[in-house]
Amino acid sequence: MIEIKKLNKAFGGKVILKDISVDIKDGELFSVIGPSGMGKSTFIKCLIRLLKPESGQIIVDGQDIGSTSSEFTLARVRRSFGYLFQEGALFDSLTVMENVAFGLKYLTDIPKGEYPRIVKEKLALVGLEKVEHLKPSELSVGMKKRVSLARSIAAEPKYMLYDEPTTGLDPVTTGMVKNLITDMRAKLKITSVVVTHDLTLALEISSRVAMLFEGKFVEVAEPAKFRQSENACVKEFMEISHLSRK
Amino acid sequence: MKHPILENIGREFLSLAEALGSAALTLKSVVVWIFRSKFEFGETAKQAVKIGVDSMTVTVLTSFFTGMVLALQMGRSMKNLFNEPMYVGTMVAFTMLKELGPVLTSVVVAGRAGAVVTAEIGTMKVTEQIDALYTLGTNPTRYLLVPRYIAFMVTLPLLTVFADFLGILGGWLVAVTKLGVSPSVYMDDIFTYLDVGDFMHGFIKTFFFAFMIATVSCYKGLNTRGGAEGVGKATTEAVVASMVLVMVMDYFISALLVAVGI
Repeated sequence: MIEIKKLNKAFGGKVILKDISVDIKDGELFSVIGPSGMGKSTFIKCLIRLLKPESGQIIVDGQDIGSTSSEFTLARVRRSFGYLFQEGALFDSLTVMENVAFGLKYLTDIPKGEYPRIVKEKLALVGLEKVEHLKPSELSVGMKKRVSLARSIAAEPKYMLYDEPTTGLDPVTTGMVKNLITDMRAKLKITSVVVTHDLTLALEISSRVAMLFEGKFVEVAEPAKFRQSENACVKEFMEISHLSRK
Repeated sequence: MKHPILENIGREFLSLAEALGSAALTLKSVVVWIFRSKFEFGETAKQAVKIGVDSMTVTVLTSFFTGMVLALQMGRSMKNLFNEPMYVGTMVAFTMLKELGPVLTSVVVAGRAGAVVTAEIGTMKVTEQIDALYTLGTNPTRYLLVPRYIAFMVTLPLLTVFADFLGILGGWLVAVTKLGVSPSVYMDDIFTYLDVGDFMHGFIKTFFFAFMIATVSCYKGLNTRGGAEGVGKATTEAVVASMVLVMVMDYFISALLVAVGI
């Protein structure tokens, strides 16, 4: 379980997150939506302490990582997370095989000889095959994102964080990624946090949706209730996304 | 009352103090991880090739021609003074071993390999690859910095020994073919007037230079901001800072080594 209490984050005096408090329960698929530049990526990066908050607690399975400066505590907590970066963040100097196997080396005790089998398995899950020997520069944007997804799930994390998982993908791949996110939750009981501006996706896959606006969660609700929210920001976002309130 | 000039000086001073503090923390982290992590042989070897082997050609050219020009200029000066090109071997070897070998090689490595390291780490920083390292069970110090520090510390001294030898060889070529110095006299001048201490003086300095270049290049890379433009800026700053620091450190380390009798 991830408990967030009074989380505050600012960049150079500009407040991005203000007193955010929310609990993300085990097995939940929690989505954060909102317009670009509102701090969604900042929120998700704070969860895994890629960014240090100004104040507040981030308690992961009872361990508060909000203010700790111990590299070892952070490393231990991060081991239970997988992270899909917005632009993929694949290592340019490594092949697809080496990229996907990267986490296996540092996060698991799996023997090296097993890596090729696991890598092929994870790549197949994201609909890719025979790309193991390619470098990231030889892949399309969509393929990069899928390889990155395969890399982040290779070590089978307890928590998955997705930063704009479907941005830049074609409709077929978007559907595949959507199914993968929901499958991982259903089959592996992975707790997921999805940050997206795609409200349709969020309402379709989430157990709860939060709307981030001006540094605060102005609405946190199950999809059905979220659709009927009376909050002005939510209403406007629904209208812009051409979604009905039913 | 606030004064804009004083305010600017204060801001620059604060940012320098912040940079020094941050570099010191990075260094501390490198030292901790050198002893704590499993030795990454593959990555270190890859970096040693990038930093050392790939700098060979430019080191060969620089040191060989420096040795040649040293012999030419010193031979001419001696001829003017004593009517004979005396002690050319001594002077070429002395200059190469104590100063030009280590300094020129360090400048070459700072310009070539230092730039590569900053650009590579800087690009990783702006494309979130550094963040990805944290999420995949490692960290930039362990995976990127430690192998590069080791590679710099091993290859720069070796390259310097190579440069010393080539500089002396270049000097020999000019002394023998252009100044008419006998090959045995050239070698005799070297072995009569120089000893291991002279070699060690230059050799020891290279470890300090290697450490400094690794620190500047890695620090600048890790603190890159602002996309492709930021990478270019960080790379230029790293190369300029490393080159200037090689010159500045050279005096102070030389003075220290002379004081302790090396």
